[in-house]
Amino acid sequence: MRTASKKSYVLVWIALLTLLLLTWGLAEINLGPFNNVAALCISVAKMLLVVLFFMHGRYEKALTWIFICAGVIWFLIMVDLTLSDYLTRGDVRDGVSTSWHHPQVNPPTLQPGTTRELQHQIPR
Amino acid sequence: MADAHAALQEQFEEMPQQKEAATLGMWAFLATEVLFFGAMFMSYIVYRTTYPQAFAEASHHTIVLFGTINTAILLTSSFTVAMAVHAARQNNIKWLFRLLAITVFFGLAFLAVKGLEYHEDLNENLWPGPHFKSELPPQAQIFWILYWIMTGVHAVHVTVGVVLLSIMAWMTSRRKFSDAYYTPIEISALYWHFVDIIWIYLYPLLYLIHRYSA
Repeated sequence: MRTASKKSYVLVWIALLTLLLLTWGLAEINLGPFNNVAALCISVAKMLLVVLFFMHGRYEKALTWIFICAGVIWFLIMVDLTLSDYLTRGDVRDGVSTSWHHPQVNPPTLQPGTTRELQHQIPR
Repeated sequence: MADAHAALQEQFEEMPQQKEAATLGMWAFLATEVLFFGAMFMSYIVYRTTYPQAFAEASHHTIVLFGTINTAILLTSSFTVAMAVHAARQNNIKWLFRLLAITVFFGLAFLAVKGLEYHEDLNENLWPGPHFKSELPPQAQIFWILYWIMTGVHAVHVTVGVVLLSIMAWMTSRRKFSDAYYTPIEISALYWHFVDIIWIYLYPLLYLIHRYSA
């Protein structure tokens, strides 16, 4: 069986720690919405390094990859279907949609239980 | 079979087949674990998109230094357990034992840091409920509920991993493994790497939301 070398493990370890410092550093800078994008991309990169090298994903057969992808794909299906509900909640009045995430409908510090009342206060 | 290894179970023809089945079984288990943690990540996504400001404020009360140290510890422990598998493959049993012991030590170090952090969190009244930190918005409690559940369940997984790798180290010291048979080491390492991957996602999601505005 083909295997990774000791050198490649050391390089992956250094890369992982570098990416950790990068995530931490980037979080201290205001990049707007790209803070989340950067943090998630770095996490995915770290995961791929661990799966491909430490877990020997590079040397696994197609059958193993079907199993690896199954978990990830079913998770993404759950995220997709759930968000297609939550992100599209709200009212459509006179052809104008009021999203569940509209600050007037759902202000961030809204007390629980008052959502319904507030929705009726929105000017039509 | 004349050259059958003592560890070969009767339902398998040969060692490589047994190893392949065991490895695939572990990957199947890890896929179910992805979905187990996935439900918690899903709750996190829904509530964070609904209460972004409350989540950012709540996240500022996590202790980033502890989180970062723990990430470094887990990434390093993944490296040491990968080196342990490498040592097994090279039939270097002495280093296999040492690297497993080092990995167990890192796992315990992670739990110790996590314990210190939990202690600080409790002192700061960050346990959701009637005594929750009053200057935070009520939705911040949702963040902290997810924090305790996700890091708690993760810590349980780390504990299981520590026990598993300790058993592997003990079996190694009893000369159970060689380059001809080290499948248990390999699949225990797979589990450990998975626990590491979960933390790779927990770290930015729990500790780093809007750090720049803290």
